[in-house]
Amino acid sequence: MADSSSPTASRLEAEGAQSADLFEFLLRMGDNTLVLGHRVSEWCGKGPVLEEDIALANTALDLIGQTQMWLGLAGDIEGKGRSADDLAMLRDAWEFRCCLLVEQPNGDFGRTMMRQYLFDQWHLLQLRALKDSTHDRIAAIAAKAEKEVTYHHERSADLIIRLGDGTAESHTKMQAALDLLYPYVGEFFEGDATDKTLAEAGIAPDPASLRGAFDAVLSTTMDEATLTLPDSRFSHKGGKTGTRHSEHLGHLLTQMQWLQRAYPGATW
Amino acid sequence: MAPARLSGRDLVKPSTDQIWAWLDDVPDPEIPVISVVDLGIVRDVQWAGDALEVTLTPTYSGCPATSVIEISVDAALRDKGIETVTLKRQIAPPWTTDWLSDKGRAKLETYGIAPPNPAGGPAQCPRCHSTDLERISQFGSTPCKAQWRCKDCLEPFDYFKCI
Repeated sequence: MADSSSPTASRLEAEGAQSADLFEFLLRMGDNTLVLGHRVSEWCGKGPVLEEDIALANTALDLIGQTQMWLGLAGDIEGKGRSADDLAMLRDAWEFRCCLLVEQPNGDFGRTMMRQYLFDQWHLLQLRALKDSTHDRIAAIAAKAEKEVTYHHERSADLIIRLGDGTAESHTKMQAALDLLYPYVGEFFEGDATDKTLAEAGIAPDPASLRGAFDAVLSTTMDEATLTLPDSRFSHKGGKTGTRHSEHLGHLLTQMQWLQRAYPGATW
Repeated sequence: MAPARLSGRDLVKPSTDQIWAWLDDVPDPEIPVISVVDLGIVRDVQWAGDALEVTLTPTYSGCPATSVIEISVDAALRDKGIETVTLKRQIAPPWTTDWLSDKGRAKLETYGIAPPNPAGGPAQCPRCHSTDLERISQFGSTPCKAQWRCKDCLEPFDYFKCI
């Protein structure tokens, strides 16, 4: 983090520096919450029990609310007059910067909760680090979002344990979900030039710096859930940088952006 | 920018104490027994020239009530003759249930919603006051509530969860 003896100077310097990198970083944060929020909202009205349906809808709502803050700030930093709505509804797949994990289809309830837990665990660590950002507005959004994500994480971790250490069938489904989704985890910790610039300015943590804490908690949770982490650290990537999204993102966007594409500028 | 003015014969600007009292009559749209002041989301009220600035802090970032509250606050102040109202949205420090007023907490309980409790769960059933309770879900009918059940009277109830 930047020199704590002159917080104002370092903040000004941080805010002036590297607005292109800052914009990129904010898209990554906002696109993760947007795409996962949309995915989770697909459960609305279809949850396995009423309480879980409500919890899924609440989680989706929080994520979309956080998206408004991240993409709103991204639009301000970009300075071209694009609002959070413009960025969410009028970009095409290759302009998105979400990690591949959040694009993955819901599958069954167990797979949805495994995706949620893997995301929440990273998200919570990321937000806790961002609360100390030298960028005031990023620190404020992180402090707000962390409170909500603490509840998301509590629920998803609890369900992973209950379903993993549940019946033979629920255990089998959760192990299959972990095997399927674990190869998407590594992308969260892959850094590039943007991450390096922001880490040096104290704006955001070096992604790799969160891996140790993530692995430690993941291992404890999976032990408790009687699930086995895959040996291989192989990781799919290309979502965060926008170079190669999965085929699923385009399908998601055709649904999410349909109204603004069909009726440009429609408001209500 | 045209100077803002007060309507009618009101030549004296209402005091900020008066404004706070008016805002205390603006109900929360989802839990109408408490006011937006009880909810602790009105952070500041001040005059900037002839314009009144009201600073609001959203409860949950995606809460759909936030924009309804902004419209209600604006409408209530205009009804009182204030022509220029500037609403500011402030997210830092983030809203916390510690900002609920004591009056608001009492009203919540009477209404059947257990008020937030630092212990992390309701202190008692808002209906029969039993302390034999169980949590159904940390998520409820609005972002700010969780679902609990009383094991004595067997009624489910909402709990305004700590954040």
